[in-house]
Amino acid sequence: MPVNISDKRETASHELPATPLDPSVRAARDEKIQIAMIALCGCWGCTLSFLDMDENLLRLLDKVNITRSSLTDIKRIPHRCAIGFVEGGVASEENIEILEHYRKNCDILISAGACAVWGGVPAMRNVVPLEACFREAYLDGPTAEPGVQPVIPYHPDIPRITTRVYPCHEVVKMDYFIPGCPPDGAAIFQVLDDLVNGREVALPGTINHYD
Amino acid sequence: MSIDISIDGQVYKARDGATLVDVAAENGVYIPSLCYVRGKPGLGTCRTCSVRVNGKVMTACTVPVADGMDVEVSEPGMAEMRKMLVELLFSEGNHNCPSCEKSGRCELQSLGYELGMMVSRFPYRFPVRTREHAAKQIWLERDRCIFCQRCVKFVRNLETGQKIFSIDHRGSRASIEIDVSLADKMPPEQVREAAHLCPVGCIVEKGVGYNKPIGQRRFEIKSIRERALERKCR
Amino acid sequence: MCADIETILDRYHWDRTRLLDMLWAVQRQQGFVSDGSVAALSKGLNMSRHDIRETLTFYHFFLDKPSGRYPIYLADTVIARMQGYEAIREALEQACGCRFGSVDETGTFGLYETNCIGLSDQEPAMMVDNVVFTELTPEKVRGIISALKQGQCLEEIVNPGGNDRRTTAYVDALVKSNIRGRGDVFFRAGRDYPALLEKVLDLLPDEVIGEVTLSGIRGRGGAGFPTGTKWRLGRDAEGEEKYVICNADEGEPGAFKDRVLLTRSPADVLLGMIIAAWAIGSRNGILYLRAEYGYIKAYLEQQIQAFRDAGLLGKQILGREFDFDIRIQMGAGAYVCGEETALIESCEGKRGTPRIKPPYPIQHGYLGMPTCINNVETLAAVSRILEEGGEWFRSMGTGESTGTRLLSVSGDCEHPGIYEIEWGISLHDVLEMVGAKEPMAVQVSGPSGECASVAQDGQRTFCYSDLSCNGSLMIFGKGRDLLDITGHFMRFFVTESCGICVPCRAGGVDLHQKIGLIIAGRASSEDLDDIRSWGALMRETSRCGLGATAAEPLLTTLEKFPELYQEKVVQPEGVLLPSFDREAALQGHEQAYRMLVQEEKQ
Repeated sequence: MPVNISDKRETASHELPATPLDPSVRAARDEKIQIAMIALCGCWGCTLSFLDMDENLLRLLDKVNITRSSLTDIKRIPHRCAIGFVEGGVASEENIEILEHYRKNCDILISAGACAVWGGVPAMRNVVPLEACFREAYLDGPTAEPGVQPVIPYHPDIPRITTRVYPCHEVVKMDYFIPGCPPDGAAIFQVLDDLVNGREVALPGTINHYD
Repeated sequence: MSIDISIDGQVYKARDGATLVDVAAENGVYIPSLCYVRGKPGLGTCRTCSVRVNGKVMTACTVPVADGMDVEVSEPGMAEMRKMLVELLFSEGNHNCPSCEKSGRCELQSLGYELGMMVSRFPYRFPVRTREHAAKQIWLERDRCIFCQRCVKFVRNLETGQKIFSIDHRGSRASIEIDVSLADKMPPEQVREAAHLCPVGCIVEKGVGYNKPIGQRRFEIKSIRERALERKCR
Repeated sequence: MCADIETILDRYHWDRTRLLDMLWAVQRQQGFVSDGSVAALSKGLNMSRHDIRETLTFYHFFLDKPSGRYPIYLADTVIARMQGYEAIREALEQACGCRFGSVDETGTFGLYETNCIGLSDQEPAMMVDNVVFTELTPEKVRGIISALKQGQCLEEIVNPGGNDRRTTAYVDALVKSNIRGRGDVFFRAGRDYPALLEKVLDLLPDEVIGEVTLSGIRGRGGAGFPTGTKWRLGRDAEGEEKYVICNADEGEPGAFKDRVLLTRSPADVLLGMIIAAWAIGSRNGILYLRAEYGYIKAYLEQQIQAFRDAGLLGKQILGREFDFDIRIQMGAGAYVCGEETALIESCEGKRGTPRIKPPYPIQHGYLGMPTCINNVETLAAVSRILEEGGEWFRSMGTGESTGTRLLSVSGDCEHPGIYEIEWGISLHDVLEMVGAKEPMAVQVSGPSGECASVAQDGQRTFCYSDLSCNGSLMIFGKGRDLLDITGHFMRFFVTESCGICVPCRAGGVDLHQKIGLIIAGRASSEDLDDIRSWGALMRETSRCGLGATAAEPLLTTLEKFPELYQEKVVQPEGVLLPSFDREAALQGHEQAYRMLVQEEKQ
């Protein structure tokens, strides 16, 4: 039975009342280019690389406002965004839904990092049947607890795993790609800086890398 | 005999019959190439050195230059096709750069950077290929093979001249094979040469892994373009 | 076993260029080529074992594991699929007791698919060992299998009259020739070959070349290179030896005219080879016969022997200082070997990988020597040109496409078979002549050619500058599923790609997948753009004609029948790409879960 969120007794963190922002700060933020970030099936390394922009991050923040992101801890896209920064590939039902949500709410989507671009490390399971993955993870793996009846997750409340890991652009249209595992902060800055300044995106070969 | 050829509208002097890709490099014009090894016969397998010669697409590693030849290298449509060929290679195999010993030293990867590849436009295929590790000194990572034929043609048993590497089956079912008994007779230098000759991380020398720090790897010191053009002054 | 291999090695003089013959010999003796045989061959030929396997595994009909006492190859072609292929397939599986791609429990039957076996006028058809069965029905299939089970031998079933394998009667017992439309060039009865050859040998080679050049004949294999020019280059090329090769690797789906020429007029073809040899100065000829035509090999050998006996082949032909002989090289199942440099590689016992050109075979061909390769039909026509004169030949056809040519007609028509047409005839007239039934589309030159629309292209004419037909003509009537046919053709190229170059090896697979998306209703208009762009890549950058034409089925149907594609293209409702099948992507979890739970319970 579908659960109506408003029926719930619990309150999610993003729903907690927050101190209202100074109206001038709020106005300044609202004028900026809105960016939403998300990690699908990946390791958050690309998001860390985002922070690796160092002082360039400050230059960027002059022009952009980060809405939903693990950095801001905002868990919903609050309003339409110009740019969606997507890390990780698509490996589960939840990943599909979130990516759809981002595509619907962002003008431009960027695949950031090897996992988003082609599947990356999680996609190494693509050459192994899913049941073999489950067997290794839940039945025969070294972390299986001896003497305990093993449980393979399969429940309506748990997102299903996709048969294989998909690059984001095989699920929805993606507009830009930043390869790398993770990409350098400089590469991320280059692409975002080009975009927010209305330049054609051009990632030079010197900072483009796939590993 | 010296002849004149035109590349992208510029006229260059060349030796009659020299290979186009060499002639271009000697004159400072970079034509991307992958399966080609300078000084060895062109293999014409990867097609990434495709250029227009007198209006017809040909591979620069297999074309001998002739007087009056008109070559187009940088025409956008042609450049796009070369990029597509590299993208095809990336999606055809399992090129997991983050986990590859050859990363930073891989010619395919370096060519991807050179041509500005961010993603392959072709569907990533994730083929299931088994590894072959029976040889004492060589680990064959089939996931990464691009069927360039370098090892098949140029790595032979030193005594008998027999092939050590070969291709089984054909088309999309093709598979790189290693003759283990012959491979085990390879002296260590030949193993090293074979691993170096492999443009990707398919032929890997056992016991040698990530032995160069990031930032100091072959193509990080000098790109594939710079390496191709450094013979210019010879 | 080693002793057997030694005998085989001996028979072919321990010569590695005869590896195809050796592998055939081993396979005929042992049913397949075992690792042990590979090892023995490798030792005898000073090749690594995998080097032998390179050749062994390249060819479709070489078997490297036990594949049944009777390996059965059912031709999976679009024509067969129009004529009951599925029912035959089912009947075979039931009768043999195994699925396609496997061997039955007793090891008697192995069931395999194969591409066109050159019998499109009498499909469904299948190859078993060295013989073929045509116009199959489920009853016929059941009868054949049950007879084999009862211990009857293949020969008895296929040739109940007990005809000698070396005779036309034997070939006729297996297949029909179906010559429907005759002209002035081919299939002439009562020709006096010795007299004709006398006449030719009285001419200087240059005069022969002059006559061929005058005739304006161009290669009938499809590319249309002027034969006279090729021979002139061959004459001028320097080499210790020169070779004449007859390309009888008729692999284009829908083509079978070479089979009929070799059956009904083998002497025309042999004479054409001798004339070519005289013209360029060659002493050795090879007739490269596709494995699918193995049942006419004995007959052709007999014909060659008859020529020798009549002094038309061998030493001092007709008493002159002119030696020339012909051997038959059997192929082993590879469409790409129709490409002349791949064919040469195959003759040298190697994988059928097209060579890098230049150099061209006419300068640097078989064993590095100047080699003149001509199509079966070209050679047969040349024998007539030298009989009637170049002027006579060029009086037929059009200015740039002289003479006549043979069409192998199949599909939706009253009378499938062989037709001799004069170049310049319109598509419409050909369709009328063959009794086409409500034709909608015509595949001209097989998958590597173009899909013509009867509505738009009816007035186009057969000639090298327009409908440059290689002899294959498949007719698809209204109601046929052209997208399905296109998908089948794309699969054909995937299975036949040699894999040497990237665009053909990898691009073909991706385009095959695209047509699958279209058929499944999962393509968007972007996918059509991709098809055009990827197809252009294959066309331009592939190493040989196979890759260069492999996208044509898609590109030409997209051009001529865009509405078929537009009907299938979807406008996605949400943001998910139509090519992404959400349900399919999520099915695996439940399946894997159920499988493991089931296992745990047991």
